[in-house]
Amino acid sequence: MKLTINGEPREVAAGTVWSLLEELGLHPQGTIVERNREIVDRQAYRETHLSQGDVLELVRLVGGG
Amino acid sequence: MRTEPRVDFSPQETQRYSRNALLAQVGWEGQARWHASRVLVVGAGGIGSAALLYLAAAGVGRLGLVDGDAVELSNLQRQILHRTADLGRRKVESAAGSLTGLNPYCQVQTFDLRLNPANVGEVVQGFELVLDASDNFPTRFLVAACCWQYKIPLVSAAATGWHGQLLVAAPGAENPCYRCLVPEMPPAAAVPASTQVGILGAVAGAMGCLQAVEALKLLLGLESDLNRRLLAYDGLQGRFQSLARVKRPDCPLCGPGK
Repeated sequence: MKLTINGEPREVAAGTVWSLLEELGLHPQGTIVERNREIVDRQAYRETHLSQGDVLELVRLVGGG
Repeated sequence: MRTEPRVDFSPQETQRYSRNALLAQVGWEGQARWHASRVLVVGAGGIGSAALLYLAAAGVGRLGLVDGDAVELSNLQRQILHRTADLGRRKVESAAGSLTGLNPYCQVQTFDLRLNPANVGEVVQGFELVLDASDNFPTRFLVAACCWQYKIPLVSAAATGWHGQLLVAAPGAENPCYRCLVPEMPPAAAVPASTQVGILGAVAGAMGCLQAVEALKLLLGLESDLNRRLLAYDGLQGRFQSLARVKRPDCPLCGPGK
């Protein structure tokens, strides 16, 4: 399906946030996900289904200084 | 707006801070507020270097500085408080020298230690604002918990690789805290350290500069979007993201019953 990820149009196979992160090679516990302007609860990544046209912002969690 | 400096600033200070005072939101009242303020910065590394230099330059009167390390050669590509001649010195000493060299009106209190549950309360109390510029999640969790407990506003900045992020956790029942965003300690595999994946010094510095901006605003009582948002910077793409944070109903730090 077609999504907008970090401002870029992307075609992905994934149907949930969890499988999207797998597809993109991002660690679910190291990625903050905003879907349609709301941050998705990290514990709900598996159950959060994606829809055509969703706008996602993916932020890599960092802790260095 | 008052255009005349207060009598308690010397002619040298008046000249030094003239461009601050010209800012409509600062003025000499704001400058006096900064001069009277006490700010703690946790970590004198890549982020802390930039934040501390700008806080000292702006005229924050008392800066507390926590770091338990010595200056190493691998620090110098990003930790611009320290010079090649400082190699082997305690970071807090090296940093204090740089900061008072930049602004002798700034008093620096140093804590040459690593924060732990036994000492964090004693260090943090006495400061009205805390900047977390540390390099690990256990310290971030500790600082976030202590600031929330003592109702001290926290400006948290982090960076690894080409990425940085920034948020404000202000005390208040409606505000999301740091743990609302990061409820559990992320496993090491999910958040590789800069010792593994590197860090661009200028990215850390950018986050430290933004952290200093938020800190100086908070000291003046100015509103910030970052109370309720996360600002993320991707240096590789040249892109900022601003995400709406929400208060987590079951937050382990600020949730009900906590």
